[in-house]
Amino acid sequence: MMSSSSLQVFGESFEENQVSEEYLTLHFSPSSKARTQRWKNYGLSADFLGDYFANFFPGETIPGSQIDRRETVRAMVSYVANELIENAMKYSDKTVNLPVTISLYLYDTNVMFTIENYIDRPTSERYQAFIQELLASDREELYTRQLEKAALGQGQSAMGLLTTIQDYSARLGWKFQIVPDQPHVIWATTMAQLEV
Amino acid sequence: MEITTDDYQVGYIPETATFKYQGFLRLNGMEAYQPIIDLMLNQIQPHEKMTLDLRELEFLNSSGISMLSMFVVKVRQMENVQLILLGSNQVLWQTKSLKNLQRLMPSLKLEFS
Repeated sequence: MMSSSSLQVFGESFEENQVSEEYLTLHFSPSSKARTQRWKNYGLSADFLGDYFANFFPGETIPGSQIDRRETVRAMVSYVANELIENAMKYSDKTVNLPVTISLYLYDTNVMFTIENYIDRPTSERYQAFIQELLASDREELYTRQLEKAALGQGQSAMGLLTTIQDYSARLGWKFQIVPDQPHVIWATTMAQLEV
Repeated sequence: MEITTDDYQVGYIPETATFKYQGFLRLNGMEAYQPIIDLMLNQIQPHEKMTLDLRELEFLNSSGISMLSMFVVKVRQMENVQLILLGSNQVLWQTKSLKNLQRLMPSLKLEFS
């Protein structure tokens, strides 16, 4: 159980990178009524982030790849942003009228996403239990086990986060805080850094 | 035999036992992939080989990767089916993610062009 006043932090540190002059922030409303109609907008938003940030990178070739740096950045940002947005919308507490916020910061050799959403306590506890399992596990072994679980249709596989780690070498960090005037609601921030 | 929307197309070519995917697939969870999974599972026969041609599929979200893993496991259960995945060297997600499906089925053949 989370204690009522605590900030919980897991994984990579958020703070080392916080100042960047280039960043974008998008807000989404998680209201359940609009969710189905808005699903397509999440993909469009992820593509927009990919296109926007790719434009900062030259189209130089990458040794051993047929995909140049600009296209690599575009596709990585688009994939990771899409998974983060899908997850955040899926798990948000629809009963509180608080937005999902994704920000993407540009640095010389990496990009950092932060995505914030508001979740209920049981969701927060399940998410933290998964994070602790992830941090304690052999990543390859966990990935294979969860892929098999997904293949057999056995419930939550967390393939979104796991593919960002396994396939895009994302480094993830998390913060959980109680919303002061709504103690049944947890403000969750997921951070992902990608080398580019 | 195909599913066509504004964003993607999934078709089956019986002569070559090939599924062909095009466009952007980022549906809302496994439930939303069910019609595609059904289309694919309905075609699993004791063929010599089946091919998934993914080269023109520009985007696949993680639920879509789960969908492919589901198909791979069904094929794995039929010992006489050989499965080939055609990928593109020009599409980043394919170069990153397709090889992981071999963890489920080491005999799965990946052909990149």
